[in-house]
Amino acid sequence: MNEISIENLNVWFGEHDERVDAVKGANLSVPKGGSFGLVGESGSGKSTILRAIMGLAPTWSGQMNVGGETLGDKRTRSFYRKVQMVFQDPYASLHPRHSVDQVLSETLSLHGFDDIETRIDKLLDDVGLGPSFRFRYPHQLSGGQRQRVAIARALAPEPEVLLLDEPTSALDVSVQAEILNLLTDLRAAHSLTYLMVSHDLAVVGHICSDVAVMQLGEVVEKLTVEDMRSMRTRHPYTKHLLESSLMAG
Amino acid sequence: MSNLLDVENLWVRFPTRSGVFDAVRGINFTLGQERLGIVGESGSGKSMTGRAILRLIRSPGMVIADKMDLEGVDLMGRTEKEMRDVRGKEISLIMQDPKFSLNPVMRVGHQISEAYRLHAKVSKSEAKRKSIEMLEAVAIRDPERVYNMYPHEVSGGMGQRIMIAMMLIPNPKIMIADEPTSALDVSVQMQVLEIMDKLVKERGMGLIFISHDLNLVSTFCDRVLIMYAGRVVETLSADKLHEAQHPYTQGLLNSLPRLDAPKDRLQVLQRDPAWANEPSVSA
Repeated sequence: MNEISIENLNVWFGEHDERVDAVKGANLSVPKGGSFGLVGESGSGKSTILRAIMGLAPTWSGQMNVGGETLGDKRTRSFYRKVQMVFQDPYASLHPRHSVDQVLSETLSLHGFDDIETRIDKLLDDVGLGPSFRFRYPHQLSGGQRQRVAIARALAPEPEVLLLDEPTSALDVSVQAEILNLLTDLRAAHSLTYLMVSHDLAVVGHICSDVAVMQLGEVVEKLTVEDMRSMRTRHPYTKHLLESSLMAG
Repeated sequence: MSNLLDVENLWVRFPTRSGVFDAVRGINFTLGQERLGIVGESGSGKSMTGRAILRLIRSPGMVIADKMDLEGVDLMGRTEKEMRDVRGKEISLIMQDPKFSLNPVMRVGHQISEAYRLHAKVSKSEAKRKSIEMLEAVAIRDPERVYNMYPHEVSGGMGQRIMIAMMLIPNPKIMIADEPTSALDVSVQMQVLEIMDKLVKERGMGLIFISHDLNLVSTFCDRVLIMYAGRVVETLSADKLHEAQHPYTQGLLNSLPRLDAPKDRLQVLQRDPAWANEPSVSA
């Protein structure tokens, strides 16, 4: 049974003359415990797919089935417990006037947990921060530490699916390595399913086993990471992407 | 070989409430007609070095150097007014994100013409002709149309090419590119770099390429400085990057995921506090 299955998804913004089709007829499926990457350049619609799943892009059509629920206009509370998102820029996704403790305890109490104290310590431990970080504010943390807090917040309701929107692109390479290792460990420890967006093919190749390449709102090719590594692609755009990333890498 | 730029013992210091913070701590380097890469993580002082050369550090920040010469002529002793003739005309700076470095309420063509007319005494029509020629040189199709566009109407890659056109039109001797492509997509990145490379070569300019991307710098530059905590820890010719000796450089290289060499776990950089206290390497 697939944890995420999306069929013929269309997402658009604006009406009539100003309508922009951000995603056109996308199909993809991720098995339980799998990790799937979406790559493509900015404006290709990869982040929009994640936002549509989370209910952040209200105008869409098609079938989406995530975590055993068929998605409609409204998301249920149990959906938000099962599916969580980590955003690109930890400088923007954490409230500057909320301490780490507030960020995590708000999420926990919203989802009706009662042993908040012990859970916060456990969460901070899971993301490798430790209890000394609990009462800090975002400006007292480095970029990598902030992204760890954002990941801890996403893990708080014990989700089954994590949607990762460029989780390391705002970080230095040495910090990126730490976060990528952390994501790998967490997936194994909590048997999570990942759907990850990135423009960096090497990062996707490290985390994911399958990849969909997007261009101008359409999924142009789906391939395994092994195929990607050995340049077994059929679509010229995938080839172009691979070549530019191998040249720069 | 005569150097375009000679820098000796350059410091950038910021007084703060808790004492003086040294962003750049006594670095030495020279630049000829070559492509010099400066790599480091955020906070290593690489961008500050680029800005210090143009004396763009705002007070209370301070730039201190024993020597900072442009073709043998001192830069440190110049007045602010004299510096304005250096900026753009002799040394130009391309910044990270074209969205923030282009004036949003001015047509891009007018911005390029303005840059040209500031440093050359020419008529408006001549400046326009030259600007369109320059837009063509940075591989913009239909330059006449783009000339009349506003920055919000162009894409990121196009915006950065417009910046390159604007920075090259006064024909400077040195170009400093501070993360010129990190706001761009991989597929556009290479195109912009190739254009920059071609123009820099044709004009015999010196290029300082500041980036956090070690691999990009190694494919694109002749020589690389690796900065850590305000000092230069290692200098290498770009093709020998993978023979790096310093543990910091090695750590950076190993922490990158690689498409052609998959690993289960990425190596995490272990920082040695001693690195910050080692003397700076001259380059």
